[in-house]
Amino acid sequence: MAKSKPTRVDQVVYLLTYPLNWLEERTSSPGHSGLIGGIKYFLFRKVPGDISWGNTLGSAALTAFIVQAVTGVILAMYYKPDPNSAYESIRHITDDLWAGWLVRGMHRWGASVFIILLFLHMGRVFLYGAYKYPRELNWIIGVLILLLGMLEGFFGYLLPWDQTAYWATVVGVNLQATGPFVGPFLGDVLRGGAEIGPDTLARFYSLHMLVIPGALAALIGLHLWLVVRIGVGSPPWSPLESGPEPGPPPAERKGLVTPAPRGAGVRRR
Amino acid sequence: MNPRRDVDPHEGQGTSHEPTPTIWPVGFAVGVACIFVGLIISKIVLVVGVVIAAIFGILWIRDATRPFRGAEAPSETEAPKPLPPGRMAAHKDGPDPGEGAVVRFPRSKFLEATTLGLGGLIGVIVTAPVLGFTILPPFIKQGHPKIDVGAIDDYPENKFVIATFMLKPEDGEVSRRTAYIRNNGLLGESPSFTVLSNRCVHLGCPVQVNGLPLADETKTEKTATNTVTRIPTAAAAGFGCPCHGGQYDTEGNRTAGPPVRALDRYEFEIVNGRLLLGKTFSVSEVDGTGADAKIHTYPLAGPGQHVDGPEGWLYPVQPPR
Repeated sequence: MAKSKPTRVDQVVYLLTYPLNWLEERTSSPGHSGLIGGIKYFLFRKVPGDISWGNTLGSAALTAFIVQAVTGVILAMYYKPDPNSAYESIRHITDDLWAGWLVRGMHRWGASVFIILLFLHMGRVFLYGAYKYPRELNWIIGVLILLLGMLEGFFGYLLPWDQTAYWATVVGVNLQATGPFVGPFLGDVLRGGAEIGPDTLARFYSLHMLVIPGALAALIGLHLWLVVRIGVGSPPWSPLESGPEPGPPPAERKGLVTPAPRGAGVRRR
Repeated sequence: MNPRRDVDPHEGQGTSHEPTPTIWPVGFAVGVACIFVGLIISKIVLVVGVVIAAIFGILWIRDATRPFRGAEAPSETEAPKPLPPGRMAAHKDGPDPGEGAVVRFPRSKFLEATTLGLGGLIGVIVTAPVLGFTILPPFIKQGHPKIDVGAIDDYPENKFVIATFMLKPEDGEVSRRTAYIRNNGLLGESPSFTVLSNRCVHLGCPVQVNGLPLADETKTEKTATNTVTRIPTAAAAGFGCPCHGGQYDTEGNRTAGPPVRALDRYEFEIVNGRLLLGKTFSVSEVDGTGADAKIHTYPLAGPGQHVDGPEGWLYPVQPPR
């Protein structure tokens, strides 16, 4: 068959997708998608047909985390983690800088939104029974994400360095210091000493903007990888097969021997 | 990409084309090192380096060219010595090397072990100080300077005075502390004071006087190292915590609410008629009142931590203060 001459549209599409193809070619291996293919698979993969808006809560929580990360990076450009200037820098961000009140407000209220969405997401997973085999590990990772999210809120609460922040942190750290045996030592490590001081603020700032977000990002990555790897679960009342490549209802394939979905058991999940 | 070759990477080891082991390159390297050092610091070292490099270089060349010169190689025909168990084990599953053949520890295994071992060692060397830097500073060199809170005459007998000061003035307001100080008069010939910390022993909030602070009579005094503010009080009937409702009597004993022991106290001493506050310590309870009080003392514990009774067993060791 003779090759047809590429149209102008083909040429434009080729030029536009050239960078993506370039990237894909250099990140793929025989039989495996590269970066672009992986993203396309992640975005357009098949999911059970009868999932609902409840299944979007995880994505909503991820969006809230991204908002927190972006606004946090911007706030870090203006915030000064020093006892003598922390409160003043917060006031400067809120009152003087253009849209500073908005970005700080997004970060302040977004923190609560993130935690609320995590709880709603967990509630959906729990009620759908989606924490059961083979998704137990993802549930455990989700619980760790929730714990780290709350810890992130605890460390961030001190940063405005006002009376509320100070005394809430005094009480919070002392609560943890009442843990048996290691509690007193944990309290001193958190404070950077026997009492809250300049080191405490810097320590909390480091934990709030580097350590915990880094751990959260890693766990979220793992969480997403497992979601893609195992697939989205159908609602408990669904007749549909779930998994990475959901199959037809069991009734339609009665008597047929179907191969197990990749990386999962054959039973309905 | 080159096609993969299914060959034994160790093939050829120990065959005759390899030079025999020799120690001369080590001496040659030392000589070269001396030359470089000598170029920088001393001509004598330079000359010594040249001599060492020349001698060992010649010996190395002599050794390496022995087969080409027709000289006899060092005898290796003696029966192989029995190998240690580890070396034999390395080849346990491999092909039989045959009688008389030299069994070598595979080079890849050696490199694998040294890479992992050295990597682990470097990891420990790098991580240990970083971890120590992260964790240890809160426990060492904490210290507690002595605070001059004024002349003892500034404290009227049997009345609580609210004294505020900075524990470490260089740290600023965050180090501000408050003590409730009562002059108990004389115990024998020595002045007696009750100095209570205002830190609630429930969770660390600041307890307040259950009485009337006489703000109009506030006095501020600049001492050598601090600025002390003294506020007299009237009819102080004890202390209360605004956070969770803990209540204490005038000796600091818990009377109600969630606190687990009596209020902490400051050590004090009187030097040249001035009252100096030292470290804080914990108190389980106080029997009696004023100068006659019997105080059950313990090393300083954090808020919420029992110091006596079976619950105290939960906190057997306290961090250094």
